[in-house]
Amino acid sequence: MSSPDHAVELHQVRRVFGERAVLDGFELTIRSAEFVAVLGPSGTGKTTLLRLLSGLDQADAGSVRVARRRSVVFQEPRLVPAKRVWQNVVLGQRGSAARQQAVAALTEVGLADHVDAWPKTLSGGEAQRVAVARAMVHEPGLLLLDEPFASLDALTRIRMHELVAQLWQRHRPAVVLVTHDVDEAILLADRVIVLSHGCVTLDLPIGIPRPRGRTGRQFAELRASLLSKLGVLVH
Amino acid sequence: MTSIVFNSVTVTRPLPRSGLQSGDDTGLIDLSPQPNLARRKSARARWHRVMLRATMPLVILLIWQLASTFGLVTPEVLPSPSDIGSAFAELVRLGDLQAALPVSLGRALTGLAIGGTTGLAIGLFAGLWRIGEGLFDAPLQMLRTIPFIALVPLFITWFGIGELAKLMVIIAATIFPMYLNTYAGVRGVDPKLIEAASIFGLSHRHTAWHVILPTALPSILVGLRYASGAALLALVVAEQINASSGIGYILNNANMNQRSDIIIAGILVYAALGIAIDLLMRMVEHLALPWRAKLVLA
Ligand SMILES: Nc1ncnc2c1ncn2[C@@H]1O[C@H](COP(=O)(O)OP(=O)(O)OP(=O)(O)O)[C@@H](O)[C@H]1O
Ligand SMILES: [Mg+2]
Repeated sequence: MSSPDHAVELHQVRRVFGERAVLDGFELTIRSAEFVAVLGPSGTGKTTLLRLLSGLDQADAGSVRVARRRSVVFQEPRLVPAKRVWQNVVLGQRGSAARQQAVAALTEVGLADHVDAWPKTLSGGEAQRVAVARAMVHEPGLLLLDEPFASLDALTRIRMHELVAQLWQRHRPAVVLVTHDVDEAILLADRVIVLSHGCVTLDLPIGIPRPRGRTGRQFAELRASLLSKLGVLVH
Repeated sequence: MTSIVFNSVTVTRPLPRSGLQSGDDTGLIDLSPQPNLARRKSARARWHRVMLRATMPLVILLIWQLASTFGLVTPEVLPSPSDIGSAFAELVRLGDLQAALPVSLGRALTGLAIGGTTGLAIGLFAGLWRIGEGLFDAPLQMLRTIPFIALVPLFITWFGIGELAKLMVIIAATIFPMYLNTYAGVRGVDPKLIEAASIFGLSHRHTAWHVILPTALPSILVGLRYASGAALLALVVAEQINASSGIGYILNNANMNQRSDIIIAGILVYAALGIAIDLLMRMVEHLALPWRAKLVLA
């Protein structure tokens, strides 16, 4: 049974590499416009999960139902070096209507000045913002982010958090954000799930009202419980 | 709160400099921009480089000329540079060169156009489609190990000693560099880019046109540059086959009349063609790859 106000419905999903089942009996439901952060130790199948959700890979068993319009921001920007920034945003389209659409999306991520630049001339943070603009221009019902800010410096990352929060509030896609940054997860998500051994071992709603800061008792408690679940000792 | 402690930043000492550098090691060196001086310096440096490169050829020319003037080498074996110059002037005056150049260039370009297009088409087919790869890659990889010069006698028996044999030699020489670089370029496109394109709903056709081809273009143009070089080489070989026109004809005649000055002048025309083609190809690359030109010129 699928429901129109769900963006993701995974049921008994199994994904096997060789002998090893990376996801096994995996269950996950995400409401539309819900922001879910996925944490978990390295190699537990977060990227595998995202690839199933995006449709790049297929599950070996189970049912996978996802929103029709999906966009991905990968860890690397993945821009076509031979295309100008705006052409990358509306990849495969031409004409002034496409360009206007691209300019609007680039303005939203603060790159109105770089519309005609070549990707190789962009900084890492700028290139990643182009990737975000490219994802948003498709007006996704489900936005998939695989450690999109992992390679950025701390200050740029904070700006990117604000940008993603803004875009999410304005366009309301369901979001799945894979991250290693516990603070990032608590700051942004409605719900944090922890993956290990092939399934969800913790599903934690984040009740902190927005806009959120990194201070406060609630933040510290959530942070402590997530870190301990991830195997980091906290006093 | 947490037990995670960040290491304080440690300042590493600079690597010891080599003992060759004199002066004090502790002072600062000045890297601040000095626009006028820097530009003048780089202009002077470029002039120096040009001079340096020109030195050896000029010295050799001088020795050669002197050796001829003082009768150390006989003009039948090696005519002097000035003799070659006048042979060249003679070719121009009689109109031989003007008649030969278009013929030879026409052969090279026709062969390059046919062979290059064929190599490009097969390279794209093999790079983009699995069927194409299965059909063409193994045979072509085998065929390319045959030096095209070895085919000349075979082509003569097949196609005679007319224009067709010459054209076929040039075509055979240009197909492979074009094929290899096109195929490698298409296959070398980062699969992550293709994945991204599929996420954003691009059809196979659009992915090929908007992602794969532009990204493979540098490699394709390298193929074109190699193919042009091969076309020229093949032209020289092909024009040895009983040429009744073109630069090869001039060389043949000179050979029969024992005019080594004209032979050398003809060889120099081939060399000039090679340089011209290479410059032209670099210009094409520069214009076709604006996104890379910036990096190269920076
Ligand atoms: N194509 C593949 N072939 C074989 N094994 C794979 C493949 N993709 C992933 N795996 C394996 O599946 C497991 C999960 O990989 P995945 O990339 O999903 O981890 P992850 O949670 O994203 O890790 P990280 O946090 O380091 O990115 C790993 O053990 C990996 O070796
Ligand atoms: Mg991963």
